[in-house]
Amino acid sequence: MIGSVLIAAVTLEKARLHVVRTPEGLSLPFVVASAGDRAGALLVDLLVIIGGTTVVWLLALLSYFAGLGEVGVSFALLVAFLLWNFYFIWFEVHRGGVTPGKRRMGLRVIARDGGPLTAEAVIARNLMRNLELYLPLTALLMPGQLLPEAPGWGRLLALVWLLVFALMPLFNQDRLRCGDLVAGTLVVKAPAAVLLADLADRPDRGDRGQARRPAAERAPAGPPPNEEFPFTREQLDIYGIHELQVLEDLLRRHDEGTLEGLILDDVCEKIKTKIGWPRERWNVPVRPFLDAFYRAQRGLLEQKMLFGQRRERKRI
Amino acid sequence: MADFTLKSAQFRKEREQAWRELEGLLDRVENKGLPSLSAEELNRLPILYRSAVSSLSVASAISLDKNLLDYLNALVGRAYVCVYGAKRRVGDAVAEFFRFQFPWVVRRYFAFVAASIVLVALGVLTGYQMTKADPERYYSFVGGMSQGRTPSSSTEELRKVLYQRGDGALTVFATFLFTHNAKVGMLCFALGFAAGVPVVFLLFSTGLQLGALVALYDARGLGAELWAWILPHGVTEIGALCLCGAAGMAIGSAIVFPGRHTRLRNLALHGREVALLAVGAVVMFLVAGLIEGFFRQLVQSVGARWVLATATLLLWTWYFTALGQDREARP
Repeated sequence: MIGSVLIAAVTLEKARLHVVRTPEGLSLPFVVASAGDRAGALLVDLLVIIGGTTVVWLLALLSYFAGLGEVGVSFALLVAFLLWNFYFIWFEVHRGGVTPGKRRMGLRVIARDGGPLTAEAVIARNLMRNLELYLPLTALLMPGQLLPEAPGWGRLLALVWLLVFALMPLFNQDRLRCGDLVAGTLVVKAPAAVLLADLADRPDRGDRGQARRPAAERAPAGPPPNEEFPFTREQLDIYGIHELQVLEDLLRRHDEGTLEGLILDDVCEKIKTKIGWPRERWNVPVRPFLDAFYRAQRGLLEQKMLFGQRRERKRI
Repeated sequence: MADFTLKSAQFRKEREQAWRELEGLLDRVENKGLPSLSAEELNRLPILYRSAVSSLSVASAISLDKNLLDYLNALVGRAYVCVYGAKRRVGDAVAEFFRFQFPWVVRRYFAFVAASIVLVALGVLTGYQMTKADPERYYSFVGGMSQGRTPSSSTEELRKVLYQRGDGALTVFATFLFTHNAKVGMLCFALGFAAGVPVVFLLFSTGLQLGALVALYDARGLGAELWAWILPHGVTEIGALCLCGAAGMAIGSAIVFPGRHTRLRNLALHGREVALLAVGAVVMFLVAGLIEGFFRQLVQSVGARWVLATATLLLWTWYFTALGQDREARP
């Protein structure tokens, strides 16, 4: 069947979607950010913070030796405190849920319930970093400081317990960390898509090796039968929306040049077999045939959709 | 073939220009921020957003062009986060916070604040009684925080600490105290996630330390002077700690007792409000740090210290009870 070929050819995105209802009542699907992207963004932000802290302390050291006394030290203390505790809050409030690290990885914080992302939510989700990040880091790097009088096994127990909080995003599908739970937020991929040309609107390429014929007369009931590839209603009644959109994906990838022509040939054969294309006209130019088929198929399915019949899959 | 267009293709032709315009605006906002838009463009943004929303709902009803649907979804998504992002002016938000939200949220979670105060008080009592019974316990309660004040110190040394004049390290010490306390306070909020248990422990052990210190000074007849030393900044500082503790306990109870909502939703509902408590507490820690770092070093009279302690207590009580009444209903 065509389906198996297509599934092999089209890598279907397995990303988890989170549907947000906007205040306008529209359902908007967002792609949940992967744990890897989240970790990458965090790493970038941490590098900025650590870099900033280092620079400030170096400046404090310089000012101390320059004879400015301890003003530099208290300044450094304060700046380091602000960097470690308010860096994320500052950026997420001002940039609408984006820190430099998130921006680099193409991520964004949104409110899970679809409302605006409030400053309260940003503060709540970032205060939790104390528990998720700083405490486990302290436990890992300086185990003596956290529980100075606890025995070794006690420290190990505390570390395991803290790691449960730190690794929380790995235990749920929406990759929520503790801060996201407390604040009701979610980190998604910042939506980005490019509007490509409409396939049904393709100008004729003129590479068919034959002169164009005069346009057919308009039929009020639907798209006119294409005189070059006259598909009948029965032939177009076989496939559903899913197959149409898979075909669209293949054609677009062919346009981009990321699809081998052989696959397209294969698809063309399968379609001709499935719809019972007349044997005497079997040899058709592949791409024009598929374009015409896509157009006719989409016309019919969209028309049926307008009348309330939405067919998702092909007839088996 | 070219002269016949599908309805969905026709639809796209008519609307595409508005989409492109919105896309251009969003590109600029995402790269340079909202201020990069002119007043007119800023006006266009919500209009274009709404038109894109309507395009998307029409398109999902009439078009099967997947690229078009994906594009519109992404476009509306981008415009949505841009239009509904956090975007108030900082000055307004800060004024609103201190004028209404902070006192409101303190009253709203007063049961937890009261519980925190009781916990600290219990800690002080316990620490006091136990240290009085056996001065050696002072070491286990106070530990490394004693700053040279131990049962083996002479009365004169203990007294000296209370009336030390600040030297060059004054600002460093004040900054250190502020950042340290604020960090502990914020950690208190975060620890609430572990069902609030560590918060209870933290509050109680702070009380224990204080109680042990009081017992040490009381044994030398310096009790009242110690309180005069602690309370001017202590009212604010312990108050802030109690607020953080209340925040932690509120988070914990939101998890343990979700009530009508699911745990997840209840947590999100309370988490946002409670975060305000923690932020307000950070500001209170700053105030306490300023009092401790400057006022206490400059004013040596026990009477003046008591006056300030009473004044801060009255001021905070007034602030938390009187302000924000007219907005009782809003978060």
